[in-house]
Amino acid sequence: MILGYAGKFLEVDLSAKSFKEVKFSDEVLKDYIGGRGLAAKILWDRLGSKWEAIDPLRPENLLLFLSGPLTGFFPGGRICVSGKSPQSNGVVGSTVGGEFGVELKCAGYDGIIVAGEAEKPVYLFVKDSDVEIRDASHIWGLDAKQTTAVLTRECRELLKARYPQKGEWKESSILYIGPAGENKVRTAAVAAKWSHAAGYGGYGAVMGSKRLKAIAVKGTGPLPEVADLEGVKALMQEVCSNAYESELWRRWGTGSAGYEVGAKTSSEPVRNWQEEWHDEISFGVNEFENRVWVKQYWGDFGCPTTCLKLAVVRSGKFKGAITDNPDYELQAYVGTNLGIFTPEENVYMASIIDDLGLCGIQAGNVLGFVAELFQRGILTKEDLDGIELKWGDAEAFAALAKKIAYREGIGNILAEGTYRAALKIGEMKGVDVMPYAVQVKGIGVGAHGIRSEKDYPEIYSYACSVQGGDHTSTACMPLDDFRSELMMAFHDSGVYCYFNVFGLSRTLVFNFYKAVTGIELTKEDWVAIKAMKIIQLQRAMLLFGGPDLKWNLEIHDDNPPRFYEPLPSGPFKGKAIEKARVDEEKRKYYELLGWDEKGIPKSETLRRLGLDEVDKALERLR
Amino acid sequence: MASEKTPIWIARDLSRCSGCRKCEIACSLFHEKRIWPEASRIRVFMFAPGIEFPHFCAQCEDYPCVQACPVNALSVSKETGAVIVDSGVCIGCGKCIEACPGRIPHMLPRENRVLICDLCGGDPQCVKVCQEGLWNVLRVVPRGNYSYKLYARTPEEIAKDLAVKIFGEEGKQYL
Repeated sequence: MILGYAGKFLEVDLSAKSFKEVKFSDEVLKDYIGGRGLAAKILWDRLGSKWEAIDPLRPENLLLFLSGPLTGFFPGGRICVSGKSPQSNGVVGSTVGGEFGVELKCAGYDGIIVAGEAEKPVYLFVKDSDVEIRDASHIWGLDAKQTTAVLTRECRELLKARYPQKGEWKESSILYIGPAGENKVRTAAVAAKWSHAAGYGGYGAVMGSKRLKAIAVKGTGPLPEVADLEGVKALMQEVCSNAYESELWRRWGTGSAGYEVGAKTSSEPVRNWQEEWHDEISFGVNEFENRVWVKQYWGDFGCPTTCLKLAVVRSGKFKGAITDNPDYELQAYVGTNLGIFTPEENVYMASIIDDLGLCGIQAGNVLGFVAELFQRGILTKEDLDGIELKWGDAEAFAALAKKIAYREGIGNILAEGTYRAALKIGEMKGVDVMPYAVQVKGIGVGAHGIRSEKDYPEIYSYACSVQGGDHTSTACMPLDDFRSELMMAFHDSGVYCYFNVFGLSRTLVFNFYKAVTGIELTKEDWVAIKAMKIIQLQRAMLLFGGPDLKWNLEIHDDNPPRFYEPLPSGPFKGKAIEKARVDEEKRKYYELLGWDEKGIPKSETLRRLGLDEVDKALERLR
Repeated sequence: MASEKTPIWIARDLSRCSGCRKCEIACSLFHEKRIWPEASRIRVFMFAPGIEFPHFCAQCEDYPCVQACPVNALSVSKETGAVIVDSGVCIGCGKCIEACPGRIPHMLPRENRVLICDLCGGDPQCVKVCQEGLWNVLRVVPRGNYSYKLYARTPEEIAKDLAVKIFGEEGKQYL
């Protein structure tokens, strides 16, 4: 058994109401590590042969909650959520911060595999090796804060009643869905701690389709043994010392970017990406800091950076709204992208998104898309069930977000996410609205534009990513660049927060891996072999797609049309991305990844990596 | 502090807690050589997000836990003022937990012995990491003639107060 792992996984079949323990061989764990990598492997092995036929929102899909060997040790604990994505029909390794992964390992499990679907709403309660499927009818329909309050109380009462000797029980760690997930909204997140979300991928909808409202875990054991405890302690110290020096992220988190990325790099979505520049000092980080942040340093297990900031609106129309920061992505997506430029309105919007259990990026993307259609007169007030969706009107956007979460009226179409909604609205109105859909392969693009070329993503980053518009998994060259999705795949497979990696040598994480597991792994081997296998698996499943949509690489391995329009304002006014340049970079990237000119992994690439079965399966696409 | 070995107290500024739980990591590494949150003598409670706080021995002036122990497993360190558990003697009866106004002691999971903060012999590791992280929730101060017992309160009581302090009156509904 490899050190650093609890050594077993819990598999729950909600249809059969049964549990079993599952183990993976050392070879599999060495190759795929955990989290995102292991998710790709599990999904391929179990669903690969019939991938196109698997409906992500039907019981045949699997929902995975996977930690990694570094979870709990590397500062900044996370858990990776995956499955067949109802957004891309591929696989996304979607991670969320918090104590869940640590708690799960302390309970003796490296992960939970959920199969089937429950007849009626349930939640899963895990206390060490005791596992129970419990009725969730009393929490079905509750929002994030209500769900958290009721479940925290209930699980603590359960622990007290069943294990009475032990003094005061701490809370269990909880992952849950809000109403959006319950209603299988494709932009729903799996969430933790009110405002933390595994958003990309839409796994909240998968959880809802299984009628699984939440998972609560209490683990009383230690984290697994490691190979070199002194080494792990020294590396933890190195990571922390580095982070403590980072004034930017400690003080502001990503919260300074709501102003900076607009004003300086001009790559922030403004009014559905019609602009990427603004100079609204009302959105300056000082305004957030002085007006709404009640806890400036807020973090998850072991985190030295604490990029989260607890924000509360104390007075005025939006009194009582609570969220974290909002972080940059939500400052942008439920702020500037909707024409909202004050901290109070932004906190209110983020709070609504949290409560409904939506992904702030995907929901903000679809809300901005609809507002532009309203601006252009393609959708009218009548189409929007009476909502006058004007830029900057937080209450109008909140009303529409609720319709989406509950699939009411127009909300039922928008609940399908930007891409699918664009297809439907285009059909309804007889107008091609795809030019206003800022997404790649069903996944709304993260709030870092490429037109100014002053931000971190490259002009081909979203077009070529195996996770579509996911800004945390961008395609970059060289492949060992710190932004590259092959490197990100390590953080998402070791399962820890990559925000604590900034400023450190790129080999540190591999040294950390060795200190925990005892296994030598070089950056070169990771990129050339292991990450490469994971990315090829993800690419293959993304290409198979189905059942409702399949990607045509000539059309869909590309940027959203908007990125080819010139920037209309700001310091880079007039700048656009030339398609020819994107195509040229894409060709280079395909070459490095061992894909043919169409973008399909080549036979020789797959066979060199030992992925012969994938090669055979891909024959049907070549 | 460590070299002088004068009685100390850990001053606590609970509403500043970031919830990073580095204190739990440091405590369990020091005492158990493992990262083991449930075996930490200082435990961060979070009944609602945003109201995380460390819960650990208040070192009451009259040490009700020590008095309540039926087998004399608990004693007070003259050097530091900490409650010392003789785990070879502890029978895990839980009387000290009942006697503590804050129900602070808890049992080592899977073993029948109680855990109470021993101030790491005068150099508390939790304070070290909290100071290093500049959170400044925990600080070592000389033990004075104050009513430290006031700080021995249950997690529920503390959570209720902090919820209102941080979120206002509405805070109660989140618990």
